[in-house]
Amino acid sequence: MSESETQTPDRKELITEVPSALVSIRNLSLWYGAKQALDKIDFEIPRKKITAFIGPSGCGKSTLLRCLNRLNDLVDGVRMEGDILMEGSSVNDPEIDVNMLRKRVGMVFQKSNPFPKSIYENVAYGLRIHGVTSRRELDEIVERSLKQAALWDEVKDRLDDSALGMSGGQQQRLCIARALAVDPEVILLDEPCSALDPIATGHIEELMQSLKDEYTMVIVTHNMQQASRVSDYTAFLYLGELVEYKETEKLFLTPASRRTEDYITGRFG
Amino acid sequence: MDPRTTHFASRLDELTQLVLRLGGLVEEAIGRSVHALVDRDSGTARKVLESDHAIDRLELEIDHLCLELLLLQQPMAGDLRFIATAMKINSDLERIGDHAVNISERALELNEAPPMPTFIDLPLMATRAQAMVRDALDAFVRRDAELAVATIARDRELNDQMRENFTRLADHAREQPQDIDQALRLSFVTKYFERIGDMAKNVCEQVVFMASGEVIKHQRVSRTGSGEDQS
Repeated sequence: MSESETQTPDRKELITEVPSALVSIRNLSLWYGAKQALDKIDFEIPRKKITAFIGPSGCGKSTLLRCLNRLNDLVDGVRMEGDILMEGSSVNDPEIDVNMLRKRVGMVFQKSNPFPKSIYENVAYGLRIHGVTSRRELDEIVERSLKQAALWDEVKDRLDDSALGMSGGQQQRLCIARALAVDPEVILLDEPCSALDPIATGHIEELMQSLKDEYTMVIVTHNMQQASRVSDYTAFLYLGELVEYKETEKLFLTPASRRTEDYITGRFG
Repeated sequence: MDPRTTHFASRLDELTQLVLRLGGLVEEAIGRSVHALVDRDSGTARKVLESDHAIDRLELEIDHLCLELLLLQQPMAGDLRFIATAMKINSDLERIGDHAVNISERALELNEAPPMPTFIDLPLMATRAQAMVRDALDAFVRRDAELAVATIARDRELNDQMRENFTRLADHAREQPQDIDQALRLSFVTKYFERIGDMAKNVCEQVVFMASGEVIKHQRVSRTGSGEDQS
């Protein structure tokens, strides 16, 4: 039932429990200086599923995504309360090696950002940083990663060409291949298709489905149709709060919160 | 922006109005078919047959609008449930119209034969079936799950009455074998009214889904994942 003006659904109706949690977000609040961006966010992200974060601009969805691999560490004046646990261990533990965390939790950004190097070197870059020097091993992983990213057939004959000569959609798949090369557990995608045409978007969405059996993925998207197409679970955030989180089909067909209903039906936002 | 001022909201209103117009035509068809039967008025029966084209045309128009809204607006949540409901009840209402045609066709045949003594209460069945259709449409317009559930419960009255009529018609046919053709035709008519009740029930089940998101039809199947359909 939709909430009426007098009756607010309880947490159980709004925030679902997931079958196999990989990431637990525990009562997480975050401030940029005096401005609060996240307010007591508390839910779990399931293993080997695609979870979408949706909400209007400024709702905190990208901020939340960036907490998962501590990208907010790079922003001045950020203060946080609460915690994020991955397999039970805090990602904010001062002892943790942030580079290792970012290897476990790879990221693909809105604007594809290949390095001004060859296609091969873009994929091999992370491996070299993590100490892989064997040419044979590098070749194997580069090929496997490009195949996983559904790019191999398009680039296998021009691996030494500059990545900057690729199309936007290919560059974005190359960035996914680069993230896959270091064997992450989680892939974060921050509006990965917002600069792509429908065909290139389709390739990325297909790619996400093909990677789902191996990786946990979290996508931030402005496009609700995309969230409904690709994700298994969807979280709706509004003004820094987690309003509703459940199986995607349930959220888009029978949301429990009036705010979710109003947002996804275009009443506001 | 107030959603009532948006283009999409006005198209949804248009869909509601079309469904209501279809419901109105269907109710009228039932009323006329009963009149044709009870008052032995073949002219009215023929009017029901002729007016079925208008019902069919409206069904196509509603289907087209629903597909257009699904395609162009990609609705979500309550809007999606509303359009999906309109699509489904559209075909239920058209089927009710078909049953009114069937009743009128039987009326035309019965009116050719001498009148039989009145021993089954067809007007009462007709009134109950019509009331169920009207309340189902009210529940749709008001998005009223409670009214829909209450209306579903009344389907049993029609089922009971159908069984009672069958028994009486069979008894009469045994006692007066010369009336067997008419008794058979009246059995069909009583079955059509019972089917109209079933269609109204389908509409109400769909209204409950639209209003609350809860699926109440085929409950035995959905609870256990197997078993027989309880339609």
